Amino acid sequence: MIAVALLLVAASATAAVATRDPARQALVLSVLGVVLAVLFTTLQAPDVGLSQLAVGAALTPLLLLLTVRKVRRRPRREEDPR
Amino acid sequence: MDVLPYLVAGWVFLAGCYGLATSRNLIHAVGCLSVCQAGTYVLLLAVGYRDGGTAPVFSDLKPGTRPVVDPVVQALALTDVVVGATVTALLLALVVQVAKRHGTVDPDELGELRG
Amino acid sequence: MNRRMRLCLVALGGAGLAALFTAAFLRLPAFGGDRHPYGDRAVRAALHRHTANTIASVNFDLRAFDTLGETSILFASVLGCVVLLRQARDEHRARPEPADVAPPVRRYALLVLPVAVLTGLYVVAHGQLSPGGGFQGGVVTATALHLLYLGADYHALERVRPLGAYEAGDALAVSAYVVTGLAAVLAGTAFLANTLLPYGTFNTLSSGGTVPLLNAAVGMEVACAVVVLLARFLDQAVEIEEDSGK
Repeated sequence: MIAVALLLVAASATAAVATRDPARQALVLSVLGVVLAVLFTTLQAPDVGLSQLAVGAALTPLLLLLTVRKVRRRPRREEDPR
Repeated sequence: MDVLPYLVAGWVFLAGCYGLATSRNLIHAVGCLSVCQAGTYVLLLAVGYRDGGTAPVFSDLKPGTRPVVDPVVQALALTDVVVGATVTALLLALVVQVAKRHGTVDPDELGELRG
Repeated sequence: MNRRMRLCLVALGGAGLAALFTAAFLRLPAFGGDRHPYGDRAVRAALHRHTANTIASVNFDLRAFDTLGETSILFASVLGCVVLLRQARDEHRARPEPADVAPPVRRYALLVLPVAVLTGLYVVAHGQLSPGGGFQGGVVTATALHLLYLGADYHALERVRPLGAYEAGDALAVSAYVVTGLAAVLAGTAFLANTLLPYGTFNTLSSGGTVPLLNAAVGMEVACAVVVLLARFLDQAVEIEEDSGK
């Protein structure tokens, strides 16, 4: 169980680094956050798992996406920002 | 199984470093930095794990009946998860400012701008 | 320094670091080992002070001074974000058009919102008993509030979110943490020493001395900090535009 979670973490971390488009990377990072939360729970650390779930799966990707949107909107303002 | 968790932690950290060094986009670089952080959490919690241990929470567990895993490393990782997120936010705020001032988020182009 | 040279340098450094890591990992205590001297002592100390969740005890009692440092980092980085993301002179606010939200999404979001906020507050309040605490609960509460952005629109979110109040709340919570520490000094012990309040009955809400107080302070701080951060980033992404003359 722990080994599976560990390998999943390694795989999703590699995927997160290899994804060069920041908007997609934010989504992969949120997958990484969920997988890390699962790993921490199997390692008997529910506290850390809980905070990783809230931060890693929701907060950090959200901030990344908002930044992407802000940065992208500037040079091409005539396009639909969404 | 004995060193696998440590190796995974090292791999995640190095993968994050590689992404950080080769990134062409500062937002992507910040994401890679959070991957590096994840590596440190894995290492910390792996050090504190104990075979057959349970979570060190005694609200529904009689003290002394079962071995528990190390709470100290968990506390270290726990505070850093949240504080690290706000530091990520600070870095992203810097990226927004860089984009406003220079109109690009590519570190290579930024280097050229400065001469 | 061109790209190729930099890649070579990264590969060299990475390989060296990997070799050192592997050498170090092979000498670490084996995974799942039975020797945790600090952990055992921390568990004993937590039980002695009637705190059921050992992790809360480590954070807000044994390492309370360290947590003060962590909350200061949090406060400082929020302050930095607020300064960096303020509205510049050559920018103006454009009111975004309220977008239409699909009724099922709206209903679901408004249904889940109170549940999520309540869960966050529960997680904060039971920090010293069950897994959870100020750090996690604060994040849950703050992100839950932003379901309103999904369910209704940006203006509704702005109405329930007086930003100044949250900024003041953030500062107030940090001060509350310091004041709790100073109270111990006034009582004649060390800064942040947990000797002020009675330890209470094991496994009840008021157990653990100053742990619940510090926990609540941190919970308030984290919740306010995350609300302020998200608000600033949303402002930047949705509202603030550069003047088009540039």
